[in-house]
Amino acid sequence: MVTVTKHISVTVNGALRQAEVEPRLLLAHFLRDVLDLTGTHIGCDTSQCGACTVMVNGEAVKSCTMLAVQADGAAVTTVEGLGQMDAMHPIQQGFWEKHGLQCGFCTPGVMMAMVGLLKENPDPSEEEIRDGLEGVICRCTGYQFIVSAVQHAAKLIREAEETKQAMANAGEGR
Amino acid sequence: MAKMIGAPLKRKEDPKLITGNGRFTDDIKLPGMLYGAFVRSPHAHARIKAIDADGALALPGVVAVYTGQDLIGKVKAVPTMWYVTGANLKAKDRSALAVDKVRYAGECVALVVAENRYIARDAVDLIEVEYEELSAVVHQEAALAEGAPLVHDDVENNLALLWKAGEVPDEEFTEAEVVVKQRLYNQRVIPNPIETRGAVAQYNPGSDELTIWCTSQNPHIHRMVYADVLGIPETRLRVVSPDVGGGFGSKIATYNEEAVIGHAARDLKRPVKWIEERKEHFMATTHARDEVIEVELAGKRDGTFTAIRVKNTANLGAYLSTFGGGCPTIDFGLMVTGAYTIPKAAVVTYGVYTNTTPTDAYRGAGKPEAAYQIERIVDLFAQEIGMDPVEVRRKNLIPHEAFPYSTAMGVAYDSGNYQDTLGQALEIVDYEGLRKQQERLRQEGKWLGIGVSTYVELCGFGPSKVAGAIGFMGGVWENSTVRVHPSGKVSVFTGTSPHGQGTATTFAQVVAEKLGIPIDDIELISGDTRSVSMGWGTYGSRNTAVGGAAVAIAADRVVAKAKTIAAHELEASATDVEFSEGVFRVIGAPERSRTFQEIAKSANFAWNLPDGVEPALEGQSFFDPPNFVYPFGAHICVVEVDGQTGEIELKRYVAVDDVGRVINPLLAEGQVHGGVAQGIGQALWEGAVYSDNGQLLSGTFMDYAMPKARFFPTIESRFTENPSPVNPLGAKGVGETGTTGAPPAVVNAVMDALRPFGIKDLDMPLTPEKVWRAMQSRRENA
Ligand code: FES
Ligand code: FES
Repeated sequence: MVTVTKHISVTVNGALRQAEVEPRLLLAHFLRDVLDLTGTHIGCDTSQCGACTVMVNGEAVKSCTMLAVQADGAAVTTVEGLGQMDAMHPIQQGFWEKHGLQCGFCTPGVMMAMVGLLKENPDPSEEEIRDGLEGVICRCTGYQFIVSAVQHAAKLIREAEETKQAMANAGEGR
Repeated sequence: MAKMIGAPLKRKEDPKLITGNGRFTDDIKLPGMLYGAFVRSPHAHARIKAIDADGALALPGVVAVYTGQDLIGKVKAVPTMWYVTGANLKAKDRSALAVDKVRYAGECVALVVAENRYIARDAVDLIEVEYEELSAVVHQEAALAEGAPLVHDDVENNLALLWKAGEVPDEEFTEAEVVVKQRLYNQRVIPNPIETRGAVAQYNPGSDELTIWCTSQNPHIHRMVYADVLGIPETRLRVVSPDVGGGFGSKIATYNEEAVIGHAARDLKRPVKWIEERKEHFMATTHARDEVIEVELAGKRDGTFTAIRVKNTANLGAYLSTFGGGCPTIDFGLMVTGAYTIPKAAVVTYGVYTNTTPTDAYRGAGKPEAAYQIERIVDLFAQEIGMDPVEVRRKNLIPHEAFPYSTAMGVAYDSGNYQDTLGQALEIVDYEGLRKQQERLRQEGKWLGIGVSTYVELCGFGPSKVAGAIGFMGGVWENSTVRVHPSGKVSVFTGTSPHGQGTATTFAQVVAEKLGIPIDDIELISGDTRSVSMGWGTYGSRNTAVGGAAVAIAADRVVAKAKTIAAHELEASATDVEFSEGVFRVIGAPERSRTFQEIAKSANFAWNLPDGVEPALEGQSFFDPPNFVYPFGAHICVVEVDGQTGEIELKRYVAVDDVGRVINPLLAEGQVHGGVAQGIGQALWEGAVYSDNGQLLSGTFMDYAMPKARFFPTIESRFTENPSPVNPLGAKGVGETGTTGAPPAVVNAVMDALRPFGIKDLDMPLTPEKVWRAMQSRRENA
């Protein structure tokens, strides 16, 4: 049997990554097994759980439903690229502050889905957040503190925006 | 320093998990690692006539194929861990790989090992197994019936166990003023942690040591069992559970797959990884509940209960899983009287083999089933005598003064104020107001329902001699070492093995308070049989009540030794030295002092120790709890049932739980939310469904209704605190409160809403279709 491979280039968390991959390789496995970015998790085989969610060209995508070859030329952000221990993304701060995780297995995917939600709706109501969580399953938290975490993150993002805006205005006034 | 115990601190374990730096089993990658995939039976019951692996072996990249025949004499069957005493147990163990017969759909028939997971999957499809299909039996009552197919040829009537406890003379029922009787089905559910099971095994020929990383709630138990199954001394098997993505009981059980992967790694002298796919998880990881419970409650017209008798017919699946026999017997049976003073009680449990996946513990294990039957029958009793269900509860709840209270089942509840906890829950929902609102809405044709459950459960098993007496194959104590480094930083070792509970934080809080040091100076080491001397793991909400207690005692021992050293340095007697907030001071001369860190250094340098005191600063405890602990609570659920569609809207959910002393209220509340969500899940949506020939129809997340965020209202959670006298922390256990309290609260609420329709009982899950059909049939008959 001859295995056909294809060369792909994907910008992952800002760095260009290239590899020879089998056309059937899932993006989730490409990230985890080829690039060793194990923060993205796999929890199902039917695209229901959302643990594998990453951003592809700025949109939240379940990386188990996409082939690595389809990501050729795309920009992918995984949880590792959101923020790190010393410089966390507001969504990460929100989950930490508000106890939005227990086992933490679903969490990278849930955070990615919520980053997607907050881009579209910077000030979501509880109901909108719960609706936005439709594509993910968390078995541990009962979702309540995930909702608080997302609200907290939204506030942090808005505050950061306001500060940026105020600084820009101050700059113009000078 | 601020009080640590009771502080709602955020978790120490989170930063790594939210930045993608956690390390779960599937994240482990070793040089030369191979990948394993299992061939599973498509039939629920069949004879294996032949297995042809040639096609698979011819596929490039396939390294080996193992069948049941290949493992005979090399890998033993995985035994149960609970030989329930006095139950006439016919224990049937699950073979490593099926040899001549398969007994449930999904049972492992062969293992393929290949260079990567894609090739392994391809090869699975190339293995040809010739089966002779046999008739299967799925339901426990059908399995007991005359002429039913036998799951194991030598187990008559498929009766795996028969267990009885307590006695009630018949007259208690024949002569009682009121008797209510109900058959309840506690449906089969699937634990479904989001991380499936998995194992990575590596053999080191130099040291002849095998290491298995696996998704375990109790690595020491897994080491003990797999060492026996693989014929390796415990000293040469290391089991590590790295970060574990939830378990809820399903990762307590010992399984064949993990052992077979260990065997393959040793045999091939290369690391082997197997990660369970979700569909395998549905088929092969233990299921739970599946008990037909018939309950009869006798009492008086004034509302007092006099006797209860319960018959449980439990589906154990095709083999006796790790704790499979204990759940419907001891765990269930001891709790049938619930939170009430019922003077007489009797229980009988039939444990039955069927051609289904084995059942075992799932969050609560037996106690949710016990709470469900008593809380449902109490409501039916109230309805029968025309009394408010809350009033009936008030009449029968064990009074505060009666603790410790010995129940008719012979167990001693530790502490509680059930009335007060119920009172607080009623106040939060405004029970009186709700009842009035319900009346008004009924006039408008709107069906509001209010459901109450005043549950109590049993956690933190102990002492070990009781475990021995009930046939549990191990101890139930817990181990901790508190090791102080020269800098004063501390490593805490625990035999419990957390998987999402936040134990690194709660245990650090305990140690920080005891030693008066910053919480960031404390690390928790767990989940590795090589680092931790012994332990029994995390299940049955024993983490804090037993494991945390061991930590507290070990820390106290550190303080005692440090005080001796401090007194010596300060030239005072130990009785004249006081210790608070991390500083040893001579009483009355506070300027003469030593910090904890200074003593840590002198203890480890050992330049100037008192005579007879050994160097280093370390405390150890092997805490064997003197008794169980009994968390309790009052849960109130308010629903509205749509008269047209049968849909149930959860309007409010109030949980007032008493888990003894709360170490971290934020984390405790998180546990309540998660437990309640799983409990509501069982009440309304979840359920494993088999076809008559044993095919699991609800075998993916597309068919099994996992609770989603938008299904829930805000859970209003509060705590009352009646510390337990059985451990030094006063803690009771919080993990299972929600799965125990919620199902009856929700079902009672729905039944309350459906009262105008004359509907008294429906089995879980209360799907809209089921509710609609029930309403419709009443309408048609009206
Ligand atoms: S792993 Fe992708 S949705 Fe579950
Ligand atoms: S935190 Fe465990 S599944 Fe979400």
